Amino acid sequence: MPTATPAHYKNDSPAGFPDVDPGYKHRLFEQVMADHRMPDYIYGCYECGICVAVCPSARFYDFSPRRIAQAVARQDFELVFQQMQEDIWECSQCFSCLRCPRGNNPGGIITVMREVAINEGLATAKQALEGYSRIIYKIMSTGTQVSPDMLQPDAFPDWGPEVKDVSVNLDLWRRALPPETHHTTSTGWSVSERTLIELYLIWMQTGALSMIKDVDEGLHMILEEVMEERLEEEGIEI
Amino acid sequence: MSAEPVSVVLAKKQRFDREADRRSADFHEEVFDLEARGEWIVHRVPEDHVSVSTKYGLSKKIPRSHLWHHKSCGQCGHIPGYSTSIFWLMRKLGYDYDDPRDQTSCTAWNYYASATSNPAAQAAVALRNFAAAYETGFYPLIHCGTSYGHYKDVRRELLGHPELRHEVRKVLEKLGKPMVMPEEIVHYSEWIHALRDEIAARQVRDFSNIAVSIHPACHYYKLVEGDAIFDPDIYGGQRTAVVTGIATALGADVRSYSTWFDCCGFGFRHILVQRDFTRSFATTRKLEVMKEEANPDVVLTHDTGCVTALDKSQFAARAQGHDVDVPVMSEAQFAALAMGAHPYKVCQLHWHSANYRPLLEKMGIDWRQAWAEFEAQLEDLRDGGKEFITWDDVEA
Repeated sequence: MPTATPAHYKNDSPAGFPDVDPGYKHRLFEQVMADHRMPDYIYGCYECGICVAVCPSARFYDFSPRRIAQAVARQDFELVFQQMQEDIWECSQCFSCLRCPRGNNPGGIITVMREVAINEGLATAKQALEGYSRIIYKIMSTGTQVSPDMLQPDAFPDWGPEVKDVSVNLDLWRRALPPETHHTTSTGWSVSERTLIELYLIWMQTGALSMIKDVDEGLHMILEEVMEERLEEEGIEI
Repeated sequence: MSAEPVSVVLAKKQRFDREADRRSADFHEEVFDLEARGEWIVHRVPEDHVSVSTKYGLSKKIPRSHLWHHKSCGQCGHIPGYSTSIFWLMRKLGYDYDDPRDQTSCTAWNYYASATSNPAAQAAVALRNFAAAYETGFYPLIHCGTSYGHYKDVRRELLGHPELRHEVRKVLEKLGKPMVMPEEIVHYSEWIHALRDEIAARQVRDFSNIAVSIHPACHYYKLVEGDAIFDPDIYGGQRTAVVTGIATALGADVRSYSTWFDCCGFGFRHILVQRDFTRSFATTRKLEVMKEEANPDVVLTHDTGCVTALDKSQFAARAQGHDVDVPVMSEAQFAALAMGAHPYKVCQLHWHSANYRPLLEKMGIDWRQAWAEFEAQLEDLRDGGKEFITWDDVEA
């Protein structure tokens, strides 16, 4: 059982969250470290700061890929827990930090930490994905992510008046696209029914669908119903 | 300490040698070894291909024809002139292709935004698409930079983890699909780069007075960096050669800027639910720096997210006095315009937000007349004379 705070720390709870059971924090850390990718993602840290210099999120948030790499390398499960609560959703996932001369992959470590946060249904993960549910619904149920009919002025007022032009003329402008697969409005392109069934099987067989159960129960229920109904129609047993 | 003139520093950089210890391993041997052991089928690059050099000097085969177009969510969804231009270029050069319906998104935009997936699901999605391409006989060509980078990462993981291959194999068996790994994972911008001389030979518009700045896409050359195209004759081999190669071949005035390594600010999650970050980064770290240091007529890039972030961030930033006003498009659209493509029927520039009209004028294109031509086609759709515009209509 890990102790809450190393004896040499000046503060009893330097990483915050003193009310959270250290055993729980340590369990989450172990989940992160158990991922098969981690041995390729962390080798140590020269503290050179290159990853911070190239990081877009570090310029606009109180965020540092170096702190992430160092916390994991030091096995500081208290700090890793704090970062899972406060930092990981600020990462841009651009992977500029792969420029690390030590060969670390802070962006990849964050991907793993995010997956654990989702699997655990952390409140901060739910908060980070607020307003994002419709995107998860779209990609998991249709096999394409941002559909043309999502381009609505109320959703993207900051993208300029052209968004309204697109939404007003959507059906017409889509029919004016020469590739036959592009005549769609609710998906990026026309995806065949058989392909969708195969995608549903992938989500269900790999546990990807189950992952969202704790972060968005309602969305999970809807998606599960959509997929099970379609698979049942095809006579496919899960 | 005396300050060296910038030109002296830059001249030193031209003699740049890459450190040997950063060299990526050649994955091809492992890919073929797994085929020999019966683990998967390797989808060979067709005979009709061009060989190019990657970052550490390894050779990469880029197929010319018989390509299976792995489309991009964002391109098809809100920049449809991007994918249409790629198809158009291929048609004009006389190369056959397949535009499949048996294709899903790589789903990596969502994965990098929300992490609501896992390595087995991501690898199964990739290999399902590779199997679908293999079944048609056409070779996969990846439109999206994120799909391309992500698939390279998936390949790296599959090569290193037998237990992941085992898990994915079980899923594919359930689908009735074979395990297939392409010999090379190829991005469309690599196809354009490899064929840039063929494209330039068919150029009908003079671009010598067009100044361009180039944003290289992070997921193209930072994810599995050793498999991206570099050329010692382009930026001394220090930056990827794609996009710059075609812009140079078309005679455009390529202008560099200091923040070329920075990302566009897309952020995956941020572009959808936290766009103040995207807008701030795209404007202050990319567009304004380009404007101040290079003053381009157009910004070219080669990925869905980058076109989106750099184009769509400009409108609201104006309200805070950040008025860069520079059009943004893919090099596929730029190359198509050079070869005479219609700015609306093919390049679909009316889906873009930043003002592209001064650029068209500089290219010698009468955008008012072009819009009238496009409107005439729309009229055919409105009055029911036609249900869809076809490739034949575009060429009419």
